[in-house]
Amino acid sequence: MFVARSIAADHKDLIHDVSFDFHGRRMATCSSDQSVKVWDKSESGDWHCTASWKTHSGSVWRVTWAHPEFGQVLASCSFDRTAAVWEEIVGESNDKLRGQSHWVKRTTLVDSRTSVTDVKFAPKHMGLMLATCSADGIVRIYEAPDVMNLSQWSLQHEISCKLSCSCISWNPSSSRAHSPMIAVGSDDSSPNAMAKVQIFEYNENTRKYAKAETLMTVTDPVHDIAFAPNLGRSFHILAIATKDVRIFTLKPVRKELTSSGGPTKFEIHIVAQFDNHNSQVWRVSWNITGTVLASSGDDGCVRLWKANYMDNWKCTGILKGNGSPVNGSSQQGNSNPSLGSNIPSLQNSLNGSSAGRKHS
Amino acid sequence: MLLQDQLCSSLKSVFQPGRHGGKCFSARRARWLTPVVLALWEAEVIPGVNSKKNQMCFDWGPGEMLVCETSFSKKEKSEMVPSCPFIYIIRKDVDVYSQILRKLFNESHGIFLGLQRIDEELTGKSRKSQIAVAVGLRNDCRVSQGLLYPLVSILSAMELIWNLCEILFIEVAPAGHLLLHLLDWVRLHVCEVDSLSADVLGSENPSNHDSFWNLVTILVLQGRLDEARQMLSKEADASPASAGICRIMGDLMRTMPILSPGNTQTLTELELKWQHWHEECERYLQDSTFATNPHLESLLKIMLGDEAALLEQKELLSNWYHFLVTRLLYSNPTVKPIDLHYYAQSSLDLFLGGESSPEPLDNILLAAFEFDIHQVIKECSIALSNWWFVAHLTDLLDHCKLLQSHNLYFGSNMREFLLLEYASGLFAHPSLWQLGVDYFDYCPKLGRVSLELHIERIPLNTEQKALKVLRICEQRQMTEQVRSICKILAMKAVRNNRLGSALSWSIRAKDAAFATLVSDRFLRDYCERGCFSDLDLIDNLGPAMMLSDRLTFLGKYREFHHMYGEKRFADAASLLLSLMTSRIAPRSFWMTLLTDALPLLEQKQVIFSAEQTYELMQCLEDLTSRRPVRGESDIQQLQDEDIETTKVEMLRLALARNLARAIIREGSLEGS
Repeated sequence: MFVARSIAADHKDLIHDVSFDFHGRRMATCSSDQSVKVWDKSESGDWHCTASWKTHSGSVWRVTWAHPEFGQVLASCSFDRTAAVWEEIVGESNDKLRGQSHWVKRTTLVDSRTSVTDVKFAPKHMGLMLATCSADGIVRIYEAPDVMNLSQWSLQHEISCKLSCSCISWNPSSSRAHSPMIAVGSDDSSPNAMAKVQIFEYNENTRKYAKAETLMTVTDPVHDIAFAPNLGRSFHILAIATKDVRIFTLKPVRKELTSSGGPTKFEIHIVAQFDNHNSQVWRVSWNITGTVLASSGDDGCVRLWKANYMDNWKCTGILKGNGSPVNGSSQQGNSNPSLGSNIPSLQNSLNGSSAGRKHS
Repeated sequence: MLLQDQLCSSLKSVFQPGRHGGKCFSARRARWLTPVVLALWEAEVIPGVNSKKNQMCFDWGPGEMLVCETSFSKKEKSEMVPSCPFIYIIRKDVDVYSQILRKLFNESHGIFLGLQRIDEELTGKSRKSQIAVAVGLRNDCRVSQGLLYPLVSILSAMELIWNLCEILFIEVAPAGHLLLHLLDWVRLHVCEVDSLSADVLGSENPSNHDSFWNLVTILVLQGRLDEARQMLSKEADASPASAGICRIMGDLMRTMPILSPGNTQTLTELELKWQHWHEECERYLQDSTFATNPHLESLLKIMLGDEAALLEQKELLSNWYHFLVTRLLYSNPTVKPIDLHYYAQSSLDLFLGGESSPEPLDNILLAAFEFDIHQVIKECSIALSNWWFVAHLTDLLDHCKLLQSHNLYFGSNMREFLLLEYASGLFAHPSLWQLGVDYFDYCPKLGRVSLELHIERIPLNTEQKALKVLRICEQRQMTEQVRSICKILAMKAVRNNRLGSALSWSIRAKDAAFATLVSDRFLRDYCERGCFSDLDLIDNLGPAMMLSDRLTFLGKYREFHHMYGEKRFADAASLLLSLMTSRIAPRSFWMTLLTDALPLLEQKQVIFSAEQTYELMQCLEDLTSRRPVRGESDIQQLQDEDIETTKVEMLRLALARNLARAIIREGSLEGS
């Protein structure tokens, strides 16, 4: 790994989220300064801010891109108790000349009565849908029935989680064998609150989401949650950021063994648990093939985790700061180092399986 | 049998040192650089980020990662001044971006494919495949020479390991021949000797050259005794006093028994002869024959395999594996493969002498000498900055069935794991991803799904690129990816108001809903502007027209325009009518269709029959009666309604007149 580029973000307050679009050619940032910025990568590989606008009247926690099949669409959620959907307008020539793009608000989702802590678009095979969760403990699922008219969003489901919600993740599997599924994490720190991760599954018959599982072993506040890309597996992999990094597998128990019509039951196993971040873990996220998990925590590092061909999970890389804050001079630095002088590989994933070696 | 011989000889030609004369890297230099390029387990440090105070938020992209300083624990507005002025783009696969390695990646891709195909053709394992790859990769390693310093050293390190693996795992040389191969290996990789030799021989008086004895020593250390003898004869010529002992030394060198490729002597015979020769050398030492010339005496000790004497030449040996090979040459030339690891370990220990600890490259070579394939692959994965080497090495070993024979039951998993890693890395690059496709194709378990996930992320910046990606998906029947890519392009085209392109992409995506939407846009534009864009496309829809009703209508409506233009009024009229009566035309478009009927109604000859006219009237009444009654309206709306009313009046009039003419005509025709 190496730092290929650094870009002056120019937000006036803390940045809370950064998000690549589907192809990695655009990114969005959001901040406590209540704005969202969109950045575009030029043919030469430079990044330029092409839009910056005030989106909310409070800190913006998360920003995320819809699949490009639905056009250029962003969703944001905020402390101001709303989530919003934004669409890029293919501009008047003036904007284009200045290298700027124009984003309009298509809808404001105002159903929450508390801070909206996460927003995620559903997998594209479900249509244009998004889920939000909020501190009042409710997950809301919205749908835009007409993909060409993003001002119409209907609230399809409200799922009560009974605990202040901090994060959600859709199961990305598009297999017909798997019903739509969403995992919810809670950072509720009250002493009575117990299990912090719940999994809800859509039931075709009742047309409602019903609780399928609760991860009883996760009792500390959960800050982030992420299903891995499915890769055609019959089971699901779920990563959780709590006081450590945990990776679970969820294996559906065969339907005929459960009472018909009810939600799927799962065999849940923990396959990895790492406390290398020393304290709280704040974010977990899978790479596009679900082979590497990245996590970030109180140690100020991003750590990469990978399973080898024997399913042993290991740390394969660490990103950390050098500890000296730079003054905010706003040059766009290209710190692409010459080969060899930079940091060596961190392909440690092979290390650790001990077969065949007498003294390792 | 003949084939086998041919293959063996071509394999040998690969090992000929002359082939690489003057072209090899200095292993000493490589070794000196190894700490830089072969270090392990270090964290990537981002300058300017204060990890003690803050946390980091991040996001994965295809091939890159975004990282940015933040604070998760503090919620709502922070009192601090902007604490995070920078967003960092992190790349994982450094070497993919190297211009120099590009050629290597490209060429090894061809060799990789060749190897997979040979497998498909021949069920039995053929040595040919091994050789093809071995030769190819060896040459690849030499592709990029004299370029970036560290890169060259990592390339030469890779070549060093590769060659050793070839000798030990693939060639599987028996005792006797094994040492010959190892000697070639050392000569190939420790090669300052050639330039030194040129230097010394080029001087006026070679035997007085400062490096004369160094050169002779190196030649002896590498077992190049013929050349050493020639050097000694120069010394003999120059100083008659030592001519005698030089000749004795020369004779010893000449008579050292070696196994030559064409020779038929047995190992036992060789061992016997060698023992005899060794004793002879021993005698000269006892007799202090060379006591007058310390250089010659030290050469004699080397030829006796004296460890202390060898270690005195550390500088010239430059590394422990050279020491190992020289030591074997003069103490146990018929070493068996199985005993190698013992000599390797002790040579490493002796050479380092506890002063320094082994480095990654040392551990890799040691593992190879121990015939521990898995350990070699593991260590290489850790030490090398890219997956190229391990992926290809493991693939080759797997094809030679070596992983299984070494009891690595997970061998094919490991092969696939490494190939997937390598291919994923290629996908981070704007053009090398095309090579990655083929690697995924040969990963039976997860190759296809990995390709699906990677290929849909390829940015579709140009039409050409999009078509290339589509072709790859179509060849592999990845229908969902084809659909998605076409849909993305259709959406992009609609947003940019390129309706023709949008329509053709949605047809390709077989997306009926979207085709309807685009067709509606076409019709709306027509209503506003009175003409169609992208006529070519609409006129040549063919069977694609059936994708959606609206698209069918659009195509048929254009057919009507054609007929009208060609003055085929009767055909045009019945098509127009059928578009409404069959309900293919959207109701919103009926007024336009009826208006299109006006000029046909006004023609001199009667075109619409009485029956057709009744049907047209029916359509018009249908349309007007269902029109909603509006309440309060603004001026614009009132004006619009006025125009509408006038149109309806005109139509009614034209229809009535046409009906009258049709009745008369039909009546008179029937009457006649």
